[in-house]
Amino acid sequence: MNKSLFYLLSLTLLLASCRSDDIVYPAEVNPVTPPQASEVVGFYLLNEGNMGSNKCTLDYFDYSDGIYTRNVYGEANPDVPKELGDVGNDLKIYGSRLYAVINCSNKVEVMNVANTRRIGQIDIPNCRYIAFHGAYAYVTSYAGPVKIDPDYTQLGYVAKVDTATLEVVDKVIVGYQPDGLAVSNGRIYVANSGGYRVPNYENTLSVIDIDSFREIEKVEIDINLSRVTADNQGRIWVASRGDYFSKSSKLFCYDPQQKKVVATLDTPVSSFWLDDDRLYIVATSWSYETMSTKTSTCIVNTATLSIEKEGFITDGTDAKIKVPYTVAVSPDTKDIYVSDARTYVNPGYLYCFSSDGILKWQVRTGDIPSSIAFVR
Amino acid sequence: MLRLFSLIFSLAVAGSIFAAGSPAGAVSLPDSTDISSSLPELQVFAAPPPFREVIPSQHLNGEQLEKLNSHNVADAIRYFSGAQIKDYGGVGGVKTVDIRSMGTNHLGVFYDGIQLGNAQNGQIDLGKFSLDNIEEISLYNGQKSEIFQPAKDFGSAGTIYLRTRRPVFKEGKRLNLNLTFRTGSFGLLNPSCRLEYKLSKNVRATLNSEFTYANGKYRFRYRKVFPNGSLAWDTTATRRNGDIHAFRIEAGLFGIIPMGDWHAKVYYYDSAKGIPGAIVNNVWKNSQRQWDRNFFAQGSLRKTISSRYELMVNAKYARDYMKYLNPDTTLMYINNRFYQDESYLSLANKVEILEGWEANISADWQWNHLSSPMVNFSYPTRHTLLTALATSWRRSAFKAQASILGSFIFDRSLINDGYSILGHRSSRWARFTPAVFLSWRPLEYEDFNLRAFYKRIFRMPTFNDLYYTDIGNADLKPEYATQYDFGAQWTHGFASTVWHSIQLSADVYHNRISDKIIAVPKGTGQYRWMMMNIGKVRIFGLDANARADLSLPYGIDLSASLSYTWQSARDFSDPEDSLDEAGTYKGQIAYIPRHSGSFTAGATWRRLALNYSFIYVGERWDNSSNIPVNYVQPWYTSDLSASYSLPLGKTNLKATLEVNNLLNQQYEVIRNYPMPGRNYKLIFQFDI
Repeated sequence: MNKSLFYLLSLTLLLASCRSDDIVYPAEVNPVTPPQASEVVGFYLLNEGNMGSNKCTLDYFDYSDGIYTRNVYGEANPDVPKELGDVGNDLKIYGSRLYAVINCSNKVEVMNVANTRRIGQIDIPNCRYIAFHGAYAYVTSYAGPVKIDPDYTQLGYVAKVDTATLEVVDKVIVGYQPDGLAVSNGRIYVANSGGYRVPNYENTLSVIDIDSFREIEKVEIDINLSRVTADNQGRIWVASRGDYFSKSSKLFCYDPQQKKVVATLDTPVSSFWLDDDRLYIVATSWSYETMSTKTSTCIVNTATLSIEKEGFITDGTDAKIKVPYTVAVSPDTKDIYVSDARTYVNPGYLYCFSSDGILKWQVRTGDIPSSIAFVR
Repeated sequence: MLRLFSLIFSLAVAGSIFAAGSPAGAVSLPDSTDISSSLPELQVFAAPPPFREVIPSQHLNGEQLEKLNSHNVADAIRYFSGAQIKDYGGVGGVKTVDIRSMGTNHLGVFYDGIQLGNAQNGQIDLGKFSLDNIEEISLYNGQKSEIFQPAKDFGSAGTIYLRTRRPVFKEGKRLNLNLTFRTGSFGLLNPSCRLEYKLSKNVRATLNSEFTYANGKYRFRYRKVFPNGSLAWDTTATRRNGDIHAFRIEAGLFGIIPMGDWHAKVYYYDSAKGIPGAIVNNVWKNSQRQWDRNFFAQGSLRKTISSRYELMVNAKYARDYMKYLNPDTTLMYINNRFYQDESYLSLANKVEILEGWEANISADWQWNHLSSPMVNFSYPTRHTLLTALATSWRRSAFKAQASILGSFIFDRSLINDGYSILGHRSSRWARFTPAVFLSWRPLEYEDFNLRAFYKRIFRMPTFNDLYYTDIGNADLKPEYATQYDFGAQWTHGFASTVWHSIQLSADVYHNRISDKIIAVPKGTGQYRWMMMNIGKVRIFGLDANARADLSLPYGIDLSASLSYTWQSARDFSDPEDSLDEAGTYKGQIAYIPRHSGSFTAGATWRRLALNYSFIYVGERWDNSSNIPVNYVQPWYTSDLSASYSLPLGKTNLKATLEVNNLLNQQYEVIRNYPMPGRNYKLIFQFDI
């Protein structure tokens, strides 16, 4: 009697749920808005995925049918073992190719913009951000030269990649833990963070001459620099993260002509996006006084070097956004996209606002929606 | 509140001083020779004193443990209902245990009666504890429902007791020697030796030492298919950087004194191992390494002072060293070292007030310190004063126990602003938490018991939670667990020659975790977290166990056991996070399966023994957002072993062959940490 009971129970257990084959992640289709006439065809959104989760994914929004598709990489490249990778840090389109910088997978994934098919990869350990000039891609990396020295602190580098062969053809050593980079007037400007050297953060912007591919200058700006962009006037906008204690996150404008910082704006920056003369900024800052995060958005006018608008979300949706993580502005419709990374370990959200800050639609993304690239 | 504590504490201490000071003659104790000669030796040393538990435990003892193909304590605990293991794979991989979905930090692990501590992160890696010297593993939900115990034993939501082997000598023997050698897959070389010596009639010594080496290499395979079943990709690789060198030595003394006993031990463990890490796209090997050195010395004394009063003293000193190295300079170079110190002293006093009514008062003091050469380190120190008042009452078919634990914690640490030391921070917490245990045996002639318990307890934020550079939050509150349990147990012995006995038990329970400490994102930049008291989990569960022992013709003995756990452990932290199916609100929490269970069967015939064990862990999600991308497949493994004992004169040789994961299932317990497929182990044991 008892034995049969055992068998019965074991059998029930087995039948209750067995293993099945792992299926290639299917793309998830979400109609979010009516089709929209736009010169811009669509945009890709890269989800970072928490470290070690291997959950970096790509989403795609198509203006022509108003459909947001999650997880397009797996379906387009079902034969790639372990999918896109771990921690997607940056995403750019150059020519007909899509470049995704996958930090903890030590590679830049190169895909065809039209169908997301993988073309190849560029192996760069601990790669961070990417920028382009001519036939080359430039990628920042935290990975310094390997030396056996316990007190050695690692300088990072910028890799020069031939976009035809996807080979690293040259490297130039810059400051500690270089993050964002921008190309302007024959120079590459690299924000050095020094994030591995807490509390002795790095405080410089490296200037690289493109022709000679040598670092020609290190300009002191502020500690823990994160993102850089070059405006229409050839000025360099660079954000600092601060030290999370007494020194707050700020925005600086450096003029290479005058060789000095021409504006310092006391506004925190998590991410920014330049559209013509307007720099859209989203930020999350931690307050030790309230033990909570405070979020903010603003628009800086790069011509007047001042804040044009505090809070570009005007309909109260900003209260719902827990961790605004990235911002992008459609070059055509001027719709503003803001992503919410929420808890970092759960799926995030993407919000689409009209240019006057009214919510048009929202959609769930992958984990930590981090960068957007528009497809023209 | 603190004044009340000091009153209770001094009472407890005064009670024991008074007791110790009372002249032995006053209670007319028989002298020592009488005691030891009047007690059969085997009984004193072999069996623990009968527990006066209201609710019995789940336990595995010597012979059962040997049958389970388990290398370490964590592997064996998988067979308990209600227990979930987080296993990162491999011989040296970290293995932590979670009881009834309350979280690892709510579990207390006791080694020979005294808790193993880790003030730094509160987690005990049970993969580190080999079964070589373990005689019994017991799991208690709530607490060991015996009142005569240190205050610490009242202080966890669930408790695992590991008891090392007590020396037992056959008539006329003074020396036992056991030599064991294990080898097999993963390049395992694992010799161990146990020496037991009878120093005198009343004192026995034991020395146990073990060395473990494994290269930790194993093949693993990942594959994916299209929805129509055709292959998308299929990759096989070798798990690397999972090597381990570990050395353990422990020595113990066990003694009896008039109306009491004592034991003392020293323990030392030293290991160097690779941390195999997560397997992600383009990264198939990691290079991080860890070194551990753990030392402790502890002692325990128990004495019956009078027919109404018993005293127990426990003391411990522990020092732990941990070094973590990331030598890969393409990543962040990390070389962290941590040193922990712990001192512990406990007094427990039990008094029989009336026939069937007992009370206990215990007082414990513990001191912890953590230091590290890290920048911005806060060098935290913690004093924990615990006092427990417990009473038990029994009357024919009823047993009841109630206890209240007062916990008083004082922390002191340095305050840094990221550059310099600003001063000291002192924090204190005082909390009182109750527990009630009931049991009733309604039928006089059947061993059928109904039982219930309620317990409220908290876990202190760890040093990392509170003071870790940048993520620590000194304002954290304790994290509470409240448990309600109702269950029944029936044991039946048969007169039949085939059926010996069967045992059935089942419990239903409800747990609530409030102020759960979890990491939340903060501020600008990536991977910046802050520990906050914002989690809420509600758990409903069912544990069921069955066991049967039979004798078949031709001298074949059979035993089988089955355990099953159903759990709904849902995340109630953020009611706003319920926008769509990906919302975490009311989602099953990470890595807790709805269904899990185990089945074991063993047969012995003369000197041959065959054992089969099966473990099932149902589907899970790696996150309380229960969507397909977070889905983790069920896993189930079958292990088989055969052993043969060969007596050689007065000695005995035993050989065992184990085949684990017989069906070569390629599975993961934690996402991106592949587990080994089919693997083998050969064990030789030689007893003199």
